[in-house]
Amino acid sequence: MADATTISHDMPAAYEPSLFGTYSKKIGMWLFLLSDSLTFGALLYAYSYGRISTPNWPTPFHSESIVNATVMTAFLLTSSLTMVLAVRAAVDGNAKAQRLWLLATMACGIGFVVLHGREWSKLIAEGLTLPVFPHAPGQEASGEFANVVKTVPQFPATFFGLTGMHMLHVTLGVVYLGVVALRRKFIPILLVFWLAAWLGTPAYSPFHYGAHVLLLAAIVCSIILWLKPKVYDPSDVEVAGLYWHFVDLVWMFIFPLVYLMSAKIF
Amino acid sequence: MEAFQLAIAEHVAEQHRHHGKAQFFWVWGALLVMTAIEVYLTYQNMQPVRMLTILMGLSLVKAALIIGYFMHMKYEVSRMKWLTMCSLVACLALMMIFFPDALRILSLGVK
Repeated sequence: MADATTISHDMPAAYEPSLFGTYSKKIGMWLFLLSDSLTFGALLYAYSYGRISTPNWPTPFHSESIVNATVMTAFLLTSSLTMVLAVRAAVDGNAKAQRLWLLATMACGIGFVVLHGREWSKLIAEGLTLPVFPHAPGQEASGEFANVVKTVPQFPATFFGLTGMHMLHVTLGVVYLGVVALRRKFIPILLVFWLAAWLGTPAYSPFHYGAHVLLLAAIVCSIILWLKPKVYDPSDVEVAGLYWHFVDLVWMFIFPLVYLMSAKIF
Repeated sequence: MEAFQLAIAEHVAEQHRHHGKAQFFWVWGALLVMTAIEVYLTYQNMQPVRMLTILMGLSLVKAALIIGYFMHMKYEVSRMKWLTMCSLVACLALMMIFFPDALRILSLGVK
């Protein structure tokens, strides 16, 4: 075994040098992201499989939906820029700028989730739904997509599965950045978001129940922040940034595959 | 901050010293322009297979820019770059094994 006190990379430590020339938190996040890529890869392949094997695959996205999804993409790309600026501010030791850029990133993420939620609600109101969703009053048979649900059930299943998983990742990313930026001060803010999302959505909306993800996140974050309080250093901001860029990266494939390839041209 | 935490902070700072902020704005601009091109192409009434090829090509370029610059992979040691990216691409490529079955269903029909 190598001498445990020998250090050949730049970091002083009582361990063997890192195989990847960087610190373990970052390697851990990269490994998580690689495994998560396979989750999204499987969902994207399932969507593509359905699309290839179904001749009458619907093209439900009007120009309004495409504009909405394009703005959502711009939000995510801009959030990636603000995230790298937050990392740069952290590296420069500018705590105020770091917090502001992290908050700007969170604002873009929230904008993305709100627009995505609006898009989902519109599609559900038009009849594109899943059996697990609560039944909305006046939804039956009259909506534009009621027939799609019966003839091509793979479409709503893969669409809501893929975009829902991504929306969950963005939501948890916002929570993650909130914890890094504000630490314990973020918990009451998160609870306000939970109450607003829960009480502000009708009982038949999937978001009425989905909002409880925020409550669960608040409980988990509270436990972590109380058990292991710490000042987050530049490496923590960089690792949080890796996660955030990943959700942006995944959207770069969802946007063309799901939205642009299913746009209603005329 | 503990000594080890300070050492990691210095390591992070060292890794981020080789590029300026302007580079991030250029990458962001390029990503937005490619997104605009994708949306423009959607309304050009192209053959689906051709359009899919172009859109996926642009998406791969966008992904490479995000991984390389925003996720900083360009500046990692080569062992990190090659091991992570090759294993990811290999695993994703393996999933393509299902596509011939999708084409079979298309030609045979579902009973």
